[in-house]
Amino acid sequence: MKPVRKYRTSDTVLFILLLICAALFLAPMLIVLMNSFKSKFFISSEPFKLPTAETFTGRENYLEGARKIKFLNAFGYSLFITVFSVIGISLATSMLGWYLTRVKSTFTTIVYYLLVFSMIVPFQMVMFTMSKTANMLGLDNPVGILVLYVGFGAGLGTFMFSGFIKTIPLSLEEAAMIDGATAPQTFFLIVYPMLKSTAITVAILNAMWVWNDYLLPYLTIGIEYKTIPVAIQYLRGGYGAVDMGAMMAMLVLAMIPIILFYLVMQKHIIRGVIAGAVKG
Amino acid sequence: MQKSMRRYAPLFVLPALVCFTIAFLIPMIAGVTLSFFKFTTVLDGTFVGVENYKLAFINNEFATSLWFNVRFTIISVITINIGAFTLAMLLTRGLRGTNTFRTIFFMPNLIGGIVLGWIWQLIINGFLLPKGVTIVTDPKYGFWGLVVLMNWQNIGYMMVIYIAGIQNIPTELIEAARIDGAGNRTMLANVILPSIAPSITICTFLTLTSGFRLFDQNLALTAGDPGKQTEMLALNIFNTFYRRTGFEGVGQAKAVIFTILVALIALTQLTISRSREEEA
Repeated sequence: MKPVRKYRTSDTVLFILLLICAALFLAPMLIVLMNSFKSKFFISSEPFKLPTAETFTGRENYLEGARKIKFLNAFGYSLFITVFSVIGISLATSMLGWYLTRVKSTFTTIVYYLLVFSMIVPFQMVMFTMSKTANMLGLDNPVGILVLYVGFGAGLGTFMFSGFIKTIPLSLEEAAMIDGATAPQTFFLIVYPMLKSTAITVAILNAMWVWNDYLLPYLTIGIEYKTIPVAIQYLRGGYGAVDMGAMMAMLVLAMIPIILFYLVMQKHIIRGVIAGAVKG
Repeated sequence: MQKSMRRYAPLFVLPALVCFTIAFLIPMIAGVTLSFFKFTTVLDGTFVGVENYKLAFINNEFATSLWFNVRFTIISVITINIGAFTLAMLLTRGLRGTNTFRTIFFMPNLIGGIVLGWIWQLIINGFLLPKGVTIVTDPKYGFWGLVVLMNWQNIGYMMVIYIAGIQNIPTELIEAARIDGAGNRTMLANVILPSIAPSITICTFLTLTSGFRLFDQNLALTAGDPGKQTEMLALNIFNTFYRRTGFEGVGQAKAVIFTILVALIALTQLTISRSREEEA
């Protein structure tokens, strides 16, 4: 609240308290990292012990895990689906958001409220019928699933874009159109460049959702094309013990891209998440 | 302008709307309809009236998971919001390392539910194993495991929302209260908490909804064991659909009930926010 203030001893106490909290927050990730280098026989029984000469296995868990769940494939599917879903959602919902905001009719009002309604419906409501529909339409592959992600992402994206477009004065667009620009020209040359900050927010929220999503890819493409979350859960197998060594290594590999993305994009991510929470 | 836009309506509207129709609208309508049918593949249904809704409650299973879910959500909402608010207060005092702490506390929020579930399964079993039990020995372990996991994932997220709220309190307001002789407790109760009421509403409802919608974490941490006793609503619906042939209609009926529950929570939030805006 006050940027400049006098130093107090209680600050040291609070600082130490925060340090302890930070350690507690980081510990789970570090424990997984530590165990990923231990032989699978020593993980469940003594997860808090550092690897010793006897229990250390080097990169074996990583090789074994990556082989078992075809990690590179999973990474590829996850990356492909996330990148193209995010591009698709950003483009399709910004266009729809502009249209719904600028053209007022019964149709646009109904579409808008249907989209808002879809945001509060839990996935379980539609998962069964959606996966059957996807199957019948031949959307059960890494390209077809993009249609589903654009469909499920349409609510939040359109809502956020149209919320921002409402605040842009009409005059610029009108001037462009009077000068003879068509609607697509006006949108891509005048409107779209102004949407940058909302587009970043929409992209980040959707990237986090799609990358971590489990049920949708599991139900539609999970048998043939396993994304990272599906592949990790697949390690559990049907019956019998889970190979905890491979599990730990794969958890580490699953976390690394997210944490790197976070450290690079931190400001945008936190701003985006707050915007999403407040408006969604 | 509207006229020239309407000419291009298909270009702007169709990409998102077609995807939305396939992914959400058709499955939603089919889902509600099929909750009154007995079916196994969506095309072979016979009308059974409200039979599915009766069957949903014929044994205690659904009611048990509802009760488990309610208890879990209430406790999580309270602990997460107290934890998040406390951290937010500590991180708005201008202490050193504030940004680093914020980065660390928010980090778990980005990790996907499946990965989170396995991380905590390792850690909780690490504490329980010396006692000769595991997380699925007794439902109370699963319950508290889920609460801890949920806290770890969401405290940082809610914290950034509270920080934004606290930073928005006008400095003059705080100073005026100080000059008037407000102590720390009065300041908290009469200045800070009322000023951040919108943040409290947002955070309460975000945690409330995510508590009821929780699925991935539940699946990876306990998978509902022992004997379905830690199975929350979303997982119970999933298992009704996919683990019991002939019960698809019942699953769909449960999903409708679940949707109504989640929608009621969202509507309550909307009403509260609306009435506050009118007051202001």
